[in-house]
Amino acid sequence: MQPTDEILKQLLHHLGKTKADELGCDELFELLDEYTEAAARGQITEQLMPLVQQHLDQCHDCCEEFEALLSILKSEAA
Amino acid sequence: MAEKRTNSEWLSDLRTEGFEKDDALQDLRAVIVRGLPYALTKWLSSSDPQFYDLVEEVAQETLLRVLSHLDTFKGRSQFTTWVQKIAVRLAITELRRKRWQDTSLDELVDTEGSFFGSRLMVDPAVGPEIATEQSEILAQMRRLITEELTEKQQKAMIAVRIHGMPIEEAARKMDMTRNALYKLLHDARLRLKKRMEEEGITADDVLAVFE
Repeated sequence: MQPTDEILKQLLHHLGKTKADELGCDELFELLDEYTEAAARGQITEQLMPLVQQHLDQCHDCCEEFEALLSILKSEAA
Repeated sequence: MAEKRTNSEWLSDLRTEGFEKDDALQDLRAVIVRGLPYALTKWLSSSDPQFYDLVEEVAQETLLRVLSHLDTFKGRSQFTTWVQKIAVRLAITELRRKRWQDTSLDELVDTEGSFFGSRLMVDPAVGPEIATEQSEILAQMRRLITEELTEKQQKAMIAVRIHGMPIEEAARKMDMTRNALYKLLHDARLRLKKRMEEEGITADDVLAVFE
């Protein structure tokens, strides 16, 4: 567990970035391969799939899976 | 190299019966086994005795899932990336399950008392004036959370936000899907955000007291 101020900071960070319309984990999973390929090519911009980026910022589970897939793609490109 | 198929070649080979399919499955298995060590570096060393069994299990399960879901591949990525996405999800899900299997959600919540209860405390080292301000802000946040969120939402927030339990695992323990729990937490965030706005409390106000 983390100290009080860290918990609060994270909670408020997530509240600040909360949008009325967000992708769910299932929708994110559908887009994850395409998004991660773009990230591996260095082609992720704020305009590209902003809802995916927004979900990854809120969801630690999906973010971990994105990073894991990205590691594979980067290893293949190396 | 045998693995260098186009997306349509992968699909076509996997949809046939016979040696093309067997070759494709063997090549796909090699793709999965080669990629997983990179995906799991933060979780499990490839020299760990559990690693081999996990990779074998995940590769097998991934191939079965791929074969039964071929029609859902939309061709928006490389076929192998789509397959690796499935393997990553299966592997990390299993690792999360093992890591959290002995943690009871009810015990976490009971220990906590109420959300922001015993865990969110004022540090006495900050001095009496700041401690009072911090206590007031924390009391306000506790009140908003208690008034706005359902018991289920509070329980999920304690597990995920305070104890760092994966949403996947909290969902499993709450007999929900991960997607449903994400939506439950999303609704909780929306409610809290709205209530804070109504009460004129900004994130900056709260954080300023804890700087």
